[in-house]
Amino acid sequence: MTDVTEPDDGTAAAPAPRPVRGWRALGVALRPRATRAQALTGVLCVLLGFAIAVQVRQTDTESLTVMRESELVSLLDQTTRQADDLQQQVAELERTRTELRSAGSSRDTALEAATRSAAAQGILSGRLPAEGPGITVTVSDPSRSVSALTLLNLLEELRNSGAEAIQLNDQRLTASSYVLGTDDGIEVDGSPVAPPYRWVAIGEPTTMSTALAIPGGAVAKVQIDGGSATVSTEDQVEVTATRDVPDPQYAEPETSGGG
Amino acid sequence: MIAVIGLIVGVVAGLVLEPTVPAALQPYLPIAVVAALDALFGGFRAVLDGLFDDRVFLVSFLSNVVVAALIVFLGDQLGVGSQLSTGVVVVLGIRIFSNVAAIRRHLFKA
Repeated sequence: MTDVTEPDDGTAAAPAPRPVRGWRALGVALRPRATRAQALTGVLCVLLGFAIAVQVRQTDTESLTVMRESELVSLLDQTTRQADDLQQQVAELERTRTELRSAGSSRDTALEAATRSAAAQGILSGRLPAEGPGITVTVSDPSRSVSALTLLNLLEELRNSGAEAIQLNDQRLTASSYVLGTDDGIEVDGSPVAPPYRWVAIGEPTTMSTALAIPGGAVAKVQIDGGSATVSTEDQVEVTATRDVPDPQYAEPETSGGG
Repeated sequence: MIAVIGLIVGVVAGLVLEPTVPAALQPYLPIAVVAALDALFGGFRAVLDGLFDDRVFLVSFLSNVVVAALIVFLGDQLGVGSQLSTGVVVVLGIRIFSNVAAIRRHLFKA
């Protein structure tokens, strides 16, 4: 670049090979020309820029290799502390998870118990159809001489012997069922029933049949009234009739009482 | 101008190509870069002095890089690599500062 002979602005008309300096030298140097010096400088600068970029990237990615021992030690300390903290967090979260799990399982247990209890209540209250071992009792009364009291007696006998679900003809009989004798015949829970009376009861079959057959018992009373009763024990009977259970209007669960 | 363009091209190439430095060269590259920077500033100062000579620039650039790498290599062999690299960086840093001071005086007369 020292071979510049033409002055830039024309004012310096000195043709002497005096070297240009300062800003003018900068301007001359910045002017792109195809000289060997420019090409060489360019190539070296490409190399330098490349090396800088590579090194910066390298430092970003692998800063660990150029660190001093003390730095590494403090970094290790810090990392160990962090790991301890995280371990503690893990332990805490695991404890929480265990708690939640056990809470969930106890909730499941409660739900299961509630479901079972709902099924039992449904069968006992007549809300759900039921099936199981039991007996069928057919009371034929062609002369319509069997009284309501005798039928009620039969029902009570079934209850006493442990019947869990009872159906008379197409009506479900529950704890609140009643049998009423009227001028027109016999009413059960407000609906008239006509002979033959076909009872289905789920429970222990032999207990119930024995209870009905005792001398002076339910079957005997039917015969005294002028009808006839046939008791048959079966492995599988179905109580299909259901009844709606109204919500209690006055009674409420005792809040302080358990169960 | 070509120097500035060359720098930019080099940086872009380094970012785009994403080469990995061989493990054997890793300790020397940063020192070499600093040495090359020193040569670059020296060349810039020579331009402003009107004394720039491409041959001198090339030789000083390459010898700076090689000598710096050599010193670090020697230091590594002697077990004082990190101290020696620090020393080289300090020396080169002082040279860069003095060059920059000369450039500043040329351009701003201050």
